[in-house]
Amino acid sequence: MTLQLVFDALSLGGIYAIAALGIALIFGVMKLVNFAHGQFIAFAVFALIVPSTDAVAVMGLGAAPALVLVPALLAVGAGLAVASEYLVFRPLRNVSPVALMVASFALGVVIQNALLVIYGGRPKAISLWPELGKPVRLLGAEVPMLQIMVICAVLLVLALLAIMLKRSRVGLEMRAAAEDFGMARLLGVRANAVIAGAFALSGALAATVALVLVAQTGVADVRMGGQIMLIAFIATVVGGMGSLPGAVAAGFAIGAVSVALQAVLPIEARPFRDAFLYGLVILVLLLRPQGLFASASAKPRV
Amino acid sequence: MTEHQARKLASLTTPLLLIALLTAFVLLIDAFGDRSLGRMAAETLIRVTLVVGFWIFAGNSGVISFGHAAFACVGAYVSAWMTLKPAMKSLLLPGLPDWVAQAEWHVLPAAVVAGVMAALLALATGAAILRLSGIAASIATFAFLAMVNTIWANWTPVTGGTSSVVGLARYVTPWVGLGWASVAIVVAAIYGASASGLALRATREDEVAASASGIDRYRHRLAAFTVSAFFCGVGGALMGHLIGVINPDGFYLSLTFLMLAMLVVGGIGSLSGAVVGVLVVSIAVEGLVRLEKGVTLGATQFALPAGSQEILIGLAMIFVLIFRSAGLLAGRDLILPAAWVAGRAKTTK
Repeated sequence: MTLQLVFDALSLGGIYAIAALGIALIFGVMKLVNFAHGQFIAFAVFALIVPSTDAVAVMGLGAAPALVLVPALLAVGAGLAVASEYLVFRPLRNVSPVALMVASFALGVVIQNALLVIYGGRPKAISLWPELGKPVRLLGAEVPMLQIMVICAVLLVLALLAIMLKRSRVGLEMRAAAEDFGMARLLGVRANAVIAGAFALSGALAATVALVLVAQTGVADVRMGGQIMLIAFIATVVGGMGSLPGAVAAGFAIGAVSVALQAVLPIEARPFRDAFLYGLVILVLLLRPQGLFASASAKPRV
Repeated sequence: MTEHQARKLASLTTPLLLIALLTAFVLLIDAFGDRSLGRMAAETLIRVTLVVGFWIFAGNSGVISFGHAAFACVGAYVSAWMTLKPAMKSLLLPGLPDWVAQAEWHVLPAAVVAGVMAALLALATGAAILRLSGIAASIATFAFLAMVNTIWANWTPVTGGTSSVVGLARYVTPWVGLGWASVAIVVAAIYGASASGLALRATREDEVAASASGIDRYRHRLAAFTVSAFFCGVGGALMGHLIGVINPDGFYLSLTFLMLAMLVVGGIGSLSGAVVGVLVVSIAVEGLVRLEKGVTLGATQFALPAGSQEILIGLAMIFVLIFRSAGLLAGRDLILPAAWVAGRAKTTK
């Protein structure tokens, strides 16, 4: 029972952590709070099926073998994110963070309604890798195969990302840009390349979340990215805006707290779990308004 | 009369001009005598109340709030609780406390109480949220919006849950809307010109310099947040009494988006921007909704797919941000020249 909870917490927290990373990466390099991230996720979900407004979903890309499907979907997510950067956020490079945030909110509404026009508003059932739903016995607990896959995938993504950020030139440039964008440019970091790179990574992370969501829930709904995006936002704020390790840690923490609340709350209070969660977050922020891992550049310098 | 006095007097003409503009709008629509147009006019004026309320906080503080739709939600439900017939309430909302279940108030005090409840909620949540810095506060207001929506959608005995509450008295005409919109505009102008409003705009322009001059950012933000929530609460109540049906999802992301779009298109920097933004976007939305329903041009039937309204408004918002980032009015107010107000008397320096 308790072990089961640990697996639940790890898999849920892992998804939150990946989504939060996608938001923190972009915030780090260009101070943009990307309100379209949830729609990036939804877009990647719908990229799996053939465009039509019929109630029954026909798998398009989703029918491909996993070896083709996964890289292709990551490319779709990255492509959408880079295209948004080029068309919307690049012309807005010099406006205030508030205006950027509002623009991303508008972009999110545009993408969501474009999906609505193309695919229709009703949620569609799609089954991706149904064989992963089977439970496996592990250390005395019944765990769905999918959950183990998710945890492994999350750890793999985090490890790859950490290696990339620490070891590669692009990663170094990205971290430098997140620390102090102006200084990094003076030292020869190419702004366009770094920002486009951050968007591509963020889009690929959104596609990862999309894959996990579809495999878990088995539906495609135009609204499906919204709730995850909200939690991811909260994780980036709790972790300290702009801190990547903070976002990951806070993502896992929120996952753990939400699984714990689900287990502890009395039955009648369970529908309000998310309300408790958000209330708790506001409490945490009262105690540490700068977040748990505030980055040095978070405070304005005079 | 000194130049300063003349300018101050001239700034008083802004709310008057705006109210005159809205009155002209209502008279024009009234002249058509078309029922659906009248409804659109009433809806537009309610949106003026909402967006001017929203502007009192967002415009003066420069902090975008995503939570104001939640105040509209609270306002709409408070008004429904106070005005619905007791028999209806025992059927739809069995969980209400007795004295609320028996209440059958007149609509005006109910609207005021709706605003007051929203303001109290804003005071409580703002006390927590507004301690955060600008962007983090925006995200926290988003969490607040989701929190209110979760509670309202699940607290079925009191809110009816996701099923709609029906049977609200439909008393809102364009003139009722005009009345509340005018009150909102006057209060917004008074707040903007008050010491607190000036202090808050100083923090918007330069946070560090303002705090070095001894301005307590948190206190002024909280004051503006509370006043602004009052009008959003009233706006929500009016919205409910315009359509007669309320539902938690009617006060969620799409309303937030619409309010933001109006503020951005008109220009967040001035009160006139907020009002003009509502008029421009409302007229555009009305046109697009008609196109979505379909129009006949000669022999061909032509209709936009559902959802294209949001797409076009969203694109318009992005274009405004790229090409005219301060909005249509770019932070200026509609105002009579100071020389006119001062009359022939020469202004002395």
